[in-house]
Amino acid sequence: MISTLLAMQMDWALVLEKFLLIVVVVSVSLGFAMYSTYAERKVAAALQDRSGPNRFGWFGLLQPVADAIKLFSKEDIIPNKANKVLFVMGPGLAMLAALMTSAVIPWGDKIVLGGREISLQIADLNIGMLYVFAVVALGVYGVMIGGWSSNNKFSLLAAIRGASQNISYELAMGLSLIALLFVTGSLSLKDIVVGQQTNGWNILYQPLGFLIFIVCAFAECNRTPFDLPEAENELNFGYHQEYSSMKLGFYLFAEYINMFISSVIMATLYFGGYDIPFFNEAASSLHPNILALMGFGALMAKTVFFVFVFMWVRWTIPRFRYDQLMNLGWKSLIPLALFNMLITGAVVLYLQNGWPKF
Amino acid sequence: MQPLTNRAKNVDRRPMTLAERAYLPAILKGMGITFSHLFKKKPTIQYPEEKRPFSQVFRGLHVLNRDEEGRERCTACGLCAVACPAEAITMEAAERQEGEENLYREEKYAAKYEINMLRCIFCGLCEEACPKDAIYLSETFAPANYDRKGFIYGKNDLLIPNPLTDREAYEQAAGGRVRQPVAGR
Repeated sequence: MISTLLAMQMDWALVLEKFLLIVVVVSVSLGFAMYSTYAERKVAAALQDRSGPNRFGWFGLLQPVADAIKLFSKEDIIPNKANKVLFVMGPGLAMLAALMTSAVIPWGDKIVLGGREISLQIADLNIGMLYVFAVVALGVYGVMIGGWSSNNKFSLLAAIRGASQNISYELAMGLSLIALLFVTGSLSLKDIVVGQQTNGWNILYQPLGFLIFIVCAFAECNRTPFDLPEAENELNFGYHQEYSSMKLGFYLFAEYINMFISSVIMATLYFGGYDIPFFNEAASSLHPNILALMGFGALMAKTVFFVFVFMWVRWTIPRFRYDQLMNLGWKSLIPLALFNMLITGAVVLYLQNGWPKF
Repeated sequence: MQPLTNRAKNVDRRPMTLAERAYLPAILKGMGITFSHLFKKKPTIQYPEEKRPFSQVFRGLHVLNRDEEGRERCTACGLCAVACPAEAITMEAAERQEGEENLYREEKYAAKYEINMLRCIFCGLCEEACPKDAIYLSETFAPANYDRKGFIYGKNDLLIPNPLTDREAYEQAAGGRVRQPVAGR
């Protein structure tokens, strides 16, 4: 007993370090999501030859603050016939599921502070990718509970659409990732990044897998062209129809955090994570802290690019019809992902064992 | 059937090719088109800082003109009210008293002169009807208001600033549209 306590005491520094890391990662995610709303408007405006928000702050940079003030000062309405507990829980769940994924993402290599090596990853789980999947699947509950508990048929319809869409596309996403696992040989996101630093980025080995993954990521984030759960012209406003004030803000915010996290995951899995292109980190003589910072910068640059692609696609492609969505998911992406998986498996086996002798 | 115009195009009903069914080439093409719009010039006019020039013949809010000595030109003859197809103009005449010669140009003047901007159709017939060059349509338009009463413009809203006491404001209100008073006319 005493020895365990002593061992725990030894770990206070670790607990503090992880706690600080969690605070930083969550606030960075939130800040990034906040400015994604601004970036979305600016990108939308630029793609449509408009100027976007440019009144509050330089180039409208304080616009997210104005939005937050607006959302907070709105009346918070809970419908009479809503299931109150679940109604309040819905946005919280959506936000929680969106933020939890960030725990296994390696945000950079380690930094050294006072002789102590601090890994820039909250938890290096050896089943990192399975964890990501589990949490992404949890995200459906936010949509489903929000839609069901508001006791509105449009919300319910949207929630059912959203849930079936998420579940359908998770399959193809999982299959495309299995092919990736054949290549990397590890489920830990850290190992995947380290492997890419030596062997080159996974996009070189898995272009088809990446294509399937990015399409599924769009569907999982409920972004156009797969934004059926919030199709305004068919379902009024979607599963968050009855929500107002900051509860609505949470739902909208969770969407942007999801977008940010899926961009980070795409960068981590297929584009080398914090690896700086055409630069050998192991051979460089730079201070590890500077290296870690540069790596984080590289990861952020890739993420920003993917977030831009999310927005770019949103303002280019019109929404899929529901049957088209299901056709694409079940009849195109899943067979493609299976095909990709088989080919990858065969090639990996061939490289390991040579041509089979019958 | 005979096509009505030479612009008619037949709908292509051939089955889609593999490239078309794969969506991606078309999507990439579309994304190329939207991306090219990033570099296009924005037609936006940043309104309060930057204003769009009006046409030479734009007909905006009315001004009641003064002569070169700053006297009101209107004699309340009522021709503008008669000419007005929307019946937006009402006025009450009064006789100029002793000692008011510096205020009113003629012996009769408009004690009350109101234009209902919600009725006005800005046709400019009042301007054409006026025999005294007293009413002009300017280059500004009626700003928004919270209630209907705010759109009934009285004399203090319509009257141009006095050119003797406030030349600058007068020039601005006249804006090249109002005929400048010519001495001895």
